[in-house]
Amino acid sequence: MLSGLPAPLRLKAENLSCERGGRLVFKNLSFELGAGELAELRGPNGAGKSSLLRLLAGLNTTLSGSLSLENGATDTTLGEQSHYIGHIEANKPALTVRENLIFWQKFLGGAENTKIFSAFNLETLGDDQVLLLSAGQKRRLALTRLFVAHRPLWLLDEPTVGLDAASLLILQNHIHDHLNNGGMVIAATHTELGVKSARNIQLGKTA
Amino acid sequence: MLQQVSALITRDIALARRQGGGLGAAFGFILSVMVLIPLAIGPDQILLSKLAPGMMWLALLLSVLLTADRMFQQDFEDGSLDILAMGKLPFEVVTLAKALAHWITVSLPLAIITPPLGLLMSIDVSQLPILFVSMICGSLALSLLAAIGGAITAGLRRGGLLVSLLVLPLYVPVLIFGVAACTANLGASSSTPALIVLCSITLMSLVISPWACAAALKAYLR
Repeated sequence: MLSGLPAPLRLKAENLSCERGGRLVFKNLSFELGAGELAELRGPNGAGKSSLLRLLAGLNTTLSGSLSLENGATDTTLGEQSHYIGHIEANKPALTVRENLIFWQKFLGGAENTKIFSAFNLETLGDDQVLLLSAGQKRRLALTRLFVAHRPLWLLDEPTVGLDAASLLILQNHIHDHLNNGGMVIAATHTELGVKSARNIQLGKTA
Repeated sequence: MLQQVSALITRDIALARRQGGGLGAAFGFILSVMVLIPLAIGPDQILLSKLAPGMMWLALLLSVLLTADRMFQQDFEDGSLDILAMGKLPFEVVTLAKALAHWITVSLPLAIITPPLGLLMSIDVSQLPILFVSMICGSLALSLLAAIGGAITAGLRRGGLLVSLLVLPLYVPVLIFGVAACTANLGASSSTPALIVLCSITLMSLVISPWACAAALKAYLR
């Protein structure tokens, strides 16, 4: 590429199949996602939404199929270029909000940046131990991890669970901004995310 | 890479300090063994001082084992392990950093506290320095080998017994050469050869443990 702008990213998944505990969760799933696009994963409980996200994050090994990020960093895996916010939120209850975030910032290789606390309005909670937080606040802390370091691909597993209306709006704005900056988002969700969805990935039988 | 490793170790030390870690229980175990053995064996001071190094090594070994099953369990249950596996740091190095944190918070303090407790078994004071040195050298191996058991049982609710069965065979060489270093001092022979073998066991664990832990934990991340 001679032009100054990097070529846009493109996520390609071809004929993915996934097995969990000896049971085939889904098979022959193919989709593509371009820069600035959001994909909403839909499907009934147990259709394999979380399994697909973990597959993309590199936590589950593919049974078959291929997965690639075109024009991404060549020396890193897809998982290293993703943020994964799962059901269990990877917060340490005994540490404070600040300690949790600063740890992930250092570990995920982000630059020191105190602005991250305002991403989901956690400024006033910085010195509180996480075990004292409400479920919604813990969720906001987990979502703040999206900002500790830049990753082009966000993998969100039901990100809206536990969020109040104001936080939901903030999340929508963040997703919107991330897409406008050429990022990609794949979110498993049962409710409308409220962001204009580019793509719908349907798993399992339609209800 | 160093920044990530130090961040992980610092976090684990902070967690151990705030949650009590396993150090308190492990120390209590060693202390009760040291107090009870003289009562069980009787007031034969010569016999006691002869038994002391072996008993102390045994107590250290088992007390470290008590803490092994919790090494990766919390990170697995709260989802941290997922994110730790997704960073740029190789997963082997992640497990090594966690084993080092375990050494700093549990095994090393125990290795330092245990030798003075030998006085309860009327150990020969001239034996204390070699006991210190051998226990500190061996304690790193104890943490690294315990990590393997901890990794294999990370997803099991009651993994304690399984950890013991898995790790005890690995601890046998550490025990043999650790005690050999201390008892050689009594006779005419030098304790250096045993100490060198002990150090080589530690170095070998340093190579094998991260690889084995990472492989075991990867199987849980699905």
